[in-house]
Amino acid sequence: MSLAVDIAIIWAFIIAFAVFVYVVMDGFDLGLGILFPLFPAKADRDIIMNSVAPVWDGNETWLVLGGGGIMAAFPLAYAILMPALYTPMIAMLIGLIFRGVAFEFRWRTTSERNRWDLAFAGGSWLAAIAQGIALGAILQGVHVEARHYAGGWWDWLTPFSIVTGISLVIGYALLGATWLVLKTEGALRDRAYHLCWYLLFAMLAAIGTVSIATPFLYIQYAQRWFAWPNVILTAPVPVAVALVAVLLLRALANRQDSQPFYLTLALFALSYAGLGISMYPYIVPQSVTIWQAAAPESSQIFLLVGVAVLIPLILAYTGWAYWVFRGKVRVGSGYH
Amino acid sequence: MFEGWDAVVLARAQFAFTMSFHIVFPAFSIGLASYLAVLEARWLLTGREVFLNLFNYWLKIFAIGFGMGVVSGIVMAYQFGTNWSAFADKTGPVIGPLMAYEVLTAFFLEAGFLGVMLFGLDRVGPKLHFLATLMVAIGTLISAFWILSANSWMQTPAGYAVNPDGQFVPADWLKVIFNPSFPYRLVHMVLAAYLTTALVVGAVGAFHLLGDPHLAGPRVMFSMAMWMATLVAPIQIIAGDQHGLNTLEYQPVKIMGMEGHYQSHPNGAPLILFGLPDQKAGEVRYALEIPRMGSLILKHSPDAPMPGLDTVPRENWPPVPITFWSFRIMVGMGFLMFGLGLFSLWCRWRGTLFQSRLLHVFALLMGPAGFVAVLAGWITTESGRQPFTVYGLLRTAESSSPLAAPAVGSSLLAFVIVYFVVYAAGLTYLLRLMAQPPHPGELGPPTEVPTRTAGITPAIEGLPR
Repeated sequence: MSLAVDIAIIWAFIIAFAVFVYVVMDGFDLGLGILFPLFPAKADRDIIMNSVAPVWDGNETWLVLGGGGIMAAFPLAYAILMPALYTPMIAMLIGLIFRGVAFEFRWRTTSERNRWDLAFAGGSWLAAIAQGIALGAILQGVHVEARHYAGGWWDWLTPFSIVTGISLVIGYALLGATWLVLKTEGALRDRAYHLCWYLLFAMLAAIGTVSIATPFLYIQYAQRWFAWPNVILTAPVPVAVALVAVLLLRALANRQDSQPFYLTLALFALSYAGLGISMYPYIVPQSVTIWQAAAPESSQIFLLVGVAVLIPLILAYTGWAYWVFRGKVRVGSGYH
Repeated sequence: MFEGWDAVVLARAQFAFTMSFHIVFPAFSIGLASYLAVLEARWLLTGREVFLNLFNYWLKIFAIGFGMGVVSGIVMAYQFGTNWSAFADKTGPVIGPLMAYEVLTAFFLEAGFLGVMLFGLDRVGPKLHFLATLMVAIGTLISAFWILSANSWMQTPAGYAVNPDGQFVPADWLKVIFNPSFPYRLVHMVLAAYLTTALVVGAVGAFHLLGDPHLAGPRVMFSMAMWMATLVAPIQIIAGDQHGLNTLEYQPVKIMGMEGHYQSHPNGAPLILFGLPDQKAGEVRYALEIPRMGSLILKHSPDAPMPGLDTVPRENWPPVPITFWSFRIMVGMGFLMFGLGLFSLWCRWRGTLFQSRLLHVFALLMGPAGFVAVLAGWITTESGRQPFTVYGLLRTAESSSPLAAPAVGSSLLAFVIVYFVVYAAGLTYLLRLMAQPPHPGELGPPTEVPTRTAGITPAIEGLPR
């Protein structure tokens, strides 16, 4: 019993880790697509694309690990959530197709380049909104009967899920803008700095809105955050958000290129921890816990061995790939 | 829209459609990644520029194909949950870890080293770059290993138990992974991928040799491709035969479908070459058959009895017309490849490999043959597994999501539209790249702004360089 419990918790953290890595890694390159319409010049767009071309595929692989990992470790949750999130998932996949192929296609044509630039931007917007809506739809809970999703195919659409959809677009855009601050220079970086200001305040507003709205979804969420003695553990989260926000504002004011991106990652990590605090130990909120959804121990242990060995290895060579392409992407001297 | 339609049929159509568009890219990438590794190795060993030119030439094509494979692959990964949630719930404990291992051991390896492979030669130097190419090539093969293990488990399930919730749970992972049909399917598919790529490379080489038989790059690629066809096509025919015998042992009903054996033949079954299977009547009309040849091939004895579909309840029949014909298309393509290999060997021996227009036209026409064979082969094995998702254990009709037809139909329609737009464009760009011969000083995929404006794109667009 105790062993099984431990492994389900370990797996919950592994899945949470994979999804978080996906959110921030694909987050910044989706963010670039979201910001694309604001950078109409071809030269700027070439640089923006080049800043992620070598790594975007690896970023997206974390999404496959998140999905595949849930199917392997918590198959029941996968079987309930995917039909519940049917439309946002299909929309996300279609968005990812358009933006993914744009990385190659836009270099293969001059006459149709604008079309693929549009595909890159539109696909990024669609994928980001869909992911944010999916997040909201999970938080607000889905209708479960026996081992099936028992709701309709539009249940996910609520004011709350639309708020989370918009919030994630804002968050990704901030990640994208701070990434540009990190990776570019000159006029392009100046514009990115400018955007960071607006996006940071929008992001803080979004965090605030979602944080205020979430406890109203379920009484359990409110108790988790505000009941004594939980509040001792939960209160530091908003305090830390405020602290990171101040640091981020200072980094923007002082124009320290390397800092805003990492501080935005911290902001994401805190928001994500907040979501975890609300949801735990449910994987389908208020319906299915991680233990109820868990695959048998033999499945979870079999995969855990691989995860323990391979994830550090993956992080190492992924880090190497980022290291190879480190530094500013330059206009004149190109990528070298 | 789609009210009154059968949601399971729509979900199956969606899987067949998205899978068919997806599979051609991994099949091409597996072979091309290995080919690129060979080209780079030969460049490093010999220092001959022609190999580097060919490497950069095919690298650009690889980049497009790989990207399209990635985005269409993510669709596949999520489709198990969206359209087939009952299947995901029941088989997740067994198949889920196999697919997760594919992500951990293959997808990350490919993606992690792809950036360096595509853009990093000048940054990391030739040796590390070759390592990156090698890692991508190995990644594609590891990917084939896991996904074919998962697919084979659905065909010939082993090493499992069933728990009170009706889920398949692993009892012996080695038996799950190395289930009875897996080794055969793995060999057959990897060889198919290599042949598919060889035929594309050979067709591109032949196309340019038809224009000018003295071009160095096309001569090298054509010669390499024809060696592959000569050597691998016969091996593939043997591997396919062995795979068939394995299927006969573990999935006899699929063989009945492939052979069109509606009736039992207690005294030796014929080999039906062609005919029109009539599923309702349970017979093959206008059958052109060789008596006792079926038993000879499958049982190595002309008089061996062969039970037919008349021994199987009708609700367990595969859709014979599909399985029967797709199998014949695959086999036909295989023998054409064998013929191309032999013909090229003869021309090589006569010293006309780079001059024979007939050979070049034949090779050019055979360019898409690998894709046709791969698709036909997959249709054979997947339709032959019907009406089950897990052979004999879990029915397709009991595997789908609790979704109404309008949801599944709308998403199918969306995928059809999106795929036709995206794939039409991708195919156009691929063919445009292939229509150019490799140039001396060929550049890799575009990485920097100055290179782009001076190099590749204008050449493709037909503007002065």
